[in-house]
Amino acid sequence: MIFGLPVISITIWLPIIFGILVLATGDDKNAPLARLLALVGSVLGFLVTLPLYIGFDTTTSSMQFVEHHDWITRFNINYYLGVDGISMLFILLNSFFTVIVVLAGWRVIEKRVSQYMAAFLLMSGMINGVFGALDSILFYVFWEAMLVPMFIIIGVWGGPNRIYATMKFFLYTLLGSLLMLVALIYLYNLTGGSFAILDFHQVAIPMTAQILIFIAFFFAFAVKVPMFPVHTWLPDAHVEAPTGGSVILAALMLKVGAYGFLRFSMPITPDASHKLAGVMIALSLIAIVYIGLVALMQTDMKKLVAYSSISHMGFVTMGLFIFNAYGMEGALLQMISHGFVAGALFLCIGVLYDRMHSRNIADYGGVANKMPVFAAFFMLFAMANSGLPGTSAFVGEFMVIMGAIKVNFWYAFAAGTTLIFGAAYTLWLYKRVIFGKVANQHVEELTDLNAREVLIMSLLAVLVLGMGVYPLPLSEILHASVNDLLVHVAHSKLPL
Amino acid sequence: MNLLANLIPVSAEIFLLVMVCFILIADLMLTQSSKLFTYLLVQLTLLGCSIITVGTHEHGVTYAFNNMYVDDLMSDVLKMLSYLGMSMVLVYSRQYLMLRGLFTGEFMVLALFALLGMNVMISANHFLTLYLGLELLSLSLYAMVALQRDSAIATEAAMKYFVLGALASGLLLYGMSMMYGATGSLELGVISDAINHGVQNKSLLAFGLVFIVSGLAFKLGVVPFHMWVPDVYHGAPTAMTLLIGSVPKLAAFAFTVRILVEGLQGLEHDWSSMLIILAIASMALGNLAAIAQTNLKRMFAYSTITHMGFMLLGLISGGIEGYGSAMFYTVVYMMMSLGAFGMIMLLSRAGFEADTLNDFKGLNQRSPWLAFIMMLLMLSMAGIPPTVGFYAKFSVLNAIVQTGHTWLAIVAVLFSLIGAFYYLRIIKLMYFDAPESHEPIVYGSDTGLLISLNGLGVLFLGLMPGTLMSICAVSVQQSLLLY
Repeated sequence: MIFGLPVISITIWLPIIFGILVLATGDDKNAPLARLLALVGSVLGFLVTLPLYIGFDTTTSSMQFVEHHDWITRFNINYYLGVDGISMLFILLNSFFTVIVVLAGWRVIEKRVSQYMAAFLLMSGMINGVFGALDSILFYVFWEAMLVPMFIIIGVWGGPNRIYATMKFFLYTLLGSLLMLVALIYLYNLTGGSFAILDFHQVAIPMTAQILIFIAFFFAFAVKVPMFPVHTWLPDAHVEAPTGGSVILAALMLKVGAYGFLRFSMPITPDASHKLAGVMIALSLIAIVYIGLVALMQTDMKKLVAYSSISHMGFVTMGLFIFNAYGMEGALLQMISHGFVAGALFLCIGVLYDRMHSRNIADYGGVANKMPVFAAFFMLFAMANSGLPGTSAFVGEFMVIMGAIKVNFWYAFAAGTTLIFGAAYTLWLYKRVIFGKVANQHVEELTDLNAREVLIMSLLAVLVLGMGVYPLPLSEILHASVNDLLVHVAHSKLPL
Repeated sequence: MNLLANLIPVSAEIFLLVMVCFILIADLMLTQSSKLFTYLLVQLTLLGCSIITVGTHEHGVTYAFNNMYVDDLMSDVLKMLSYLGMSMVLVYSRQYLMLRGLFTGEFMVLALFALLGMNVMISANHFLTLYLGLELLSLSLYAMVALQRDSAIATEAAMKYFVLGALASGLLLYGMSMMYGATGSLELGVISDAINHGVQNKSLLAFGLVFIVSGLAFKLGVVPFHMWVPDVYHGAPTAMTLLIGSVPKLAAFAFTVRILVEGLQGLEHDWSSMLIILAIASMALGNLAAIAQTNLKRMFAYSTITHMGFMLLGLISGGIEGYGSAMFYTVVYMMMSLGAFGMIMLLSRAGFEADTLNDFKGLNQRSPWLAFIMMLLMLSMAGIPPTVGFYAKFSVLNAIVQTGHTWLAIVAVLFSLIGAFYYLRIIKLMYFDAPESHEPIVYGSDTGLLISLNGLGVLFLGLMPGTLMSICAVSVQQSLLLY
């Protein structure tokens, strides 16, 4: 805590309070007020997360900024918050993207502005809650509650097939969550009456139970990541979501799943994690290679980036389940980097979509002639997506591949192909959309980025390059927690 | 025990009965236009009852009238909630009934008689008292469903309700008589002792139990004894559906717990395995059938079946955790169903029932606030945090997992996933679709306030569920004398 202030609580509740205020501005007559209030709320929401970074102690792996209050005493459920190196950066990332999303929806969203902005602010607070919660039921409450704003965002402001997509999104994720709930309750009884995640880390669990718990968690987290067999909701949701929704989905929602593996599956069921690591790596490699190939075949820009996200998240899950420091740190850096890059790519597509109302690659061509500034930014993010050294994506992918080589050469080899496929689908997309002759009348009429869009793009560009060139400020935060987690996971938790 | 000591535990019921008789007569003197007076009198009666119930509360368990009647914490809590629920029913239905010419003295008197029946059920400690309360409740409800006598569908619903209800009562009575044959008593405590000390005629006991469980299942409306629920919910005027679908569930809970736990605890192994089948069948059929409904009242009927099935899981688990969670679930369910049916009535106009799914289309554009409240209620029914419905499900699941039936918990959550679909569909209709009608929504400030409190209450209890959970657990602990 800094100055005795509950920092994490503020990062959770400030956006939520602003969200309620924005909601209270009512109908579209007050849209300018709603936008302004949302911007103020999101910027403040970001500023209040900075103390977490500034005051963070990189030498310890224990939880920091801890808040602990009684909540539901009957079940020993507490309002228990705290961050370590693994979770802290995501709170920053989330609050940062909330600002971006509010800005990105500034003019584009014309109907029910207050509800749109409020949904994002509410969701921002809830996602911070997911990363900050140290009580599993508190975690679960935020985890499920954040589905509701996303459900509304996709359903109201999404594309033509939005209702199918949003239902699929909600029910898929709910299935996983409910199984996780049963696992949490089971663990509660095993620990003798505690829902604290850190207590779950300590309790001894027999192998069969570990495997069942692992599977329950797997459903919850793999759906969110999404991993290979349960990924099908993501392209639908991404394609139909409005730009802001896609950005938050790619940048944060997917990370929540991987975070779950780190916080729950691996430390609570280490033996099952080791035992099933082969399966997890196989699924990750399928995602990396097969989904990469699927991305190559897409004709819809958003779908392409969505599949590319799944492929990149395959890297993350592989990095986690090879159980070494390179892999795990690489996976965490990849998560953050992917947040920036995929978020930026969806924003780029959003820029085009706002002007042309088409996501079809074939409708474009020669955009560089009309939007040179945009083309430059898009180039940077496309390069980052294909993992070019000097961009943020390179750091994480490189570390994961290094980690994989130590375990098995062929893992690294298969994962390495993504550098080729990734470059292929991203650059081919870029070529078809940006280069060539002006394809048609609509492209002819395109106007370049306005000041607001330049601001958003520049912010992201700086971060993508900065993290690529000098990742140390991020990686040093991860070190202590990652090492501690690896030591913890290396110990068997089977009862003696 | 002298007469006065006997009368204190039942003073709320006596007051209620006196007031019902008074209102019945006073109402004759009033013209149709001054029914508001009757209405206020009824609300005052409810207030008076709650004051008396609180005032006569005593620590521990008090028996009256030769152990036929019991006054304990659970009965007092449930009675207070029943008064509250009944008062809410009346507020919600006032305008709706006035527009349909049903806002009569008979309606209010019948509602109070039903409440009296519920009170008796809640406090009964003897098969005869239980049956008396049940019949008083049921007969009042049959009459209320049929109150709109020129409506064919309502009359049909009343007929069905009556015939099946009478059948269920018959089953129950038959079971009770077998219990009497096996144990030689109708008093719950004596029956319990007799069973624990070993009964000669085991098969008589087993048969009696089957009949009793069937009768209870009928009254709770769980599969396979659920046939009447959709028809009655659908056919009855919405105000009556609201009444049937909300407050009596509390009494039904008390009734079930008194018989199965207080009376037949010794047979727990037998009845809990029956209840497992009933619970799973209810969750399966209720959730699947609800998806196919286009009429909202029918959909909520199937949803009730599901919820009652879920509540049974708590009873199966047993112990303070189990019974406490079942009670919590029932109380939460009452709140949610009050809100949901209240919303249907709020959106209805003279000559128009907002009881199909399409009537909720685009509600967010017509009234964002009502849509928000309805969303909270639906999320709560689906069991999604941060609404109280989540904790209801959570506490029941916790109780099941504690008893080692983890598989049952998994079955339950998988069915509630199916259930989530049709609750989400309502949110989808309200938020994503365009409205079919642009008629302004007219509602009184009292109903508007109440529905807001109802919806926000679901949210507030979701943020702070601890107190209500503890109240339920403590009242079960102090009343059922488990340990």
